[in-house]
Amino acid sequence: MSELLETPLHDLHVALGAKMVPFAGYSMPVQYPLGVMKEHIQTRERAGLFDVSHMGQVKVSGTGAAAALERLIPVDIEGLGLDRQRYGMFTNAAGGIMDDLMLANRGDHIFIVVNAACKDADITHMKAHLEPDVSVTPVTDRALLALQGPSAQAVLSALDPKAATMRFMDVATLSLNGAECWVSRSGYTGEDGYEISVAEADAVALAEALLAHGDVEAIGLGARDSLRLEGGLCLYGHDIDASTTPVEGALSWAIQKVRRSGGARAGGFPGADIILGQLEQGAPRKRVGLLPEGRAPMREGVALFASAEGGAQIGAITSGGFGPSVGGPVAMGLVDRAHSEVGTTVFGELRGKRLPLTIAKLPFTAANFKR
Amino acid sequence: MKYTEEHEWLRVEDDGVVVGITEHATTQLGDIVFVELPEVGTTVTKDEEIVVIESVKAASDILAPIDGEIVEVNEALAENPALANEDAIGAGWFFKIEPSDPSQMDDLMDEAGYKKFIA
Repeated sequence: MSELLETPLHDLHVALGAKMVPFAGYSMPVQYPLGVMKEHIQTRERAGLFDVSHMGQVKVSGTGAAAALERLIPVDIEGLGLDRQRYGMFTNAAGGIMDDLMLANRGDHIFIVVNAACKDADITHMKAHLEPDVSVTPVTDRALLALQGPSAQAVLSALDPKAATMRFMDVATLSLNGAECWVSRSGYTGEDGYEISVAEADAVALAEALLAHGDVEAIGLGARDSLRLEGGLCLYGHDIDASTTPVEGALSWAIQKVRRSGGARAGGFPGADIILGQLEQGAPRKRVGLLPEGRAPMREGVALFASAEGGAQIGAITSGGFGPSVGGPVAMGLVDRAHSEVGTTVFGELRGKRLPLTIAKLPFTAANFKR
Repeated sequence: MKYTEEHEWLRVEDDGVVVGITEHATTQLGDIVFVELPEVGTTVTKDEEIVVIESVKAASDILAPIDGEIVEVNEALAENPALANEDAIGAGWFFKIEPSDPSQMDDLMDEAGYKKFIA
């Protein structure tokens, strides 16, 4: 196995007592001495600081960058306002999702954040299809921090009051602890919060300044996963992948009217025929929320059936575990459309027994975004 | 107390042997969120999987440490799995077993042996 990469905060994680694990080629903190459960609650009730520097940061610049990206991404990028951010995905010819991402209009460039495990492939993909018309520049000298939770605004605006004026999905350049930071008001926990791109050299000092606030604790990947699961947010490679379309992934909301059939810039992205067809007629299967009726967590891979005995498999759990804020097990899965309505009872096969689950609305915990 | 390599502890009482998992095990597992206990009256064989525990991280099995019959289970633990984290060798016990061959206990580690095992 090749050597694990380290983020600029690696030594800080170790000093804080983190348990480090391999993740997407990086050594990352899965939890700190607080433990997953308390880290989760901390983030929901006060604030958590996450190191997400393993994720890919990319600038796409040049005249027509937005139009060029629309050839790969089925969302409205040309219509994205200045200093606004939106969710999107790269699609393949079969309509499947190659990666999901956030993109922000920074005026002279589009700033994109992609998943760690996909970033090399994403950059290759963009370079192959977009250059030389526009330039694709990976940002490799900046860390990425996420400050999430109800106290995030108070904590960050103490460093730069401009933070308080941002709304959900706004982006801005802030001066934090003496460092110029590219900040978005977004995250991956279902809570209000910010994602902060900061030069590597300034990252540790900024993290320490944020952690110095009494309301902030360092939070690992374990709680990040339970937070996003309760928040109904997809984990790429699990809930969605190259074989699931945005419609199957219940991400139709991300595809604005202008890119749909009849829209001014309809289609023109890989797999458009399939995705546009599914937007009108529905997809054969759909990502849903699932609430196990008992206490036993049901995790990724658990097969789902329509009845307690016999019958063909109708789907599978794509992520699941214990939801500390829900106080019980929660899951997401892909199920056949006929069984995807909220309130439907399905059965998961766990240790040889079929246990009931209810198809539930996502998110499991109310989103606390500052709209 | 006796200990197994599976990180169980066994405490002999008048009416059976109480079994739980060690603090070392609960620390490694992280927050425990689900425990499925065997039914009282079940006859079990050494190394048979008889308890399922799930932490925030993963599911694991607990094996029967000796042959015997399950005579009591800790219902309070099933209700509140966090007891295993909070008080591993006390309120977080799992089940009580009536050994069918008490000599099997002789093969298990004592406290000094277990401490060495996890060191």
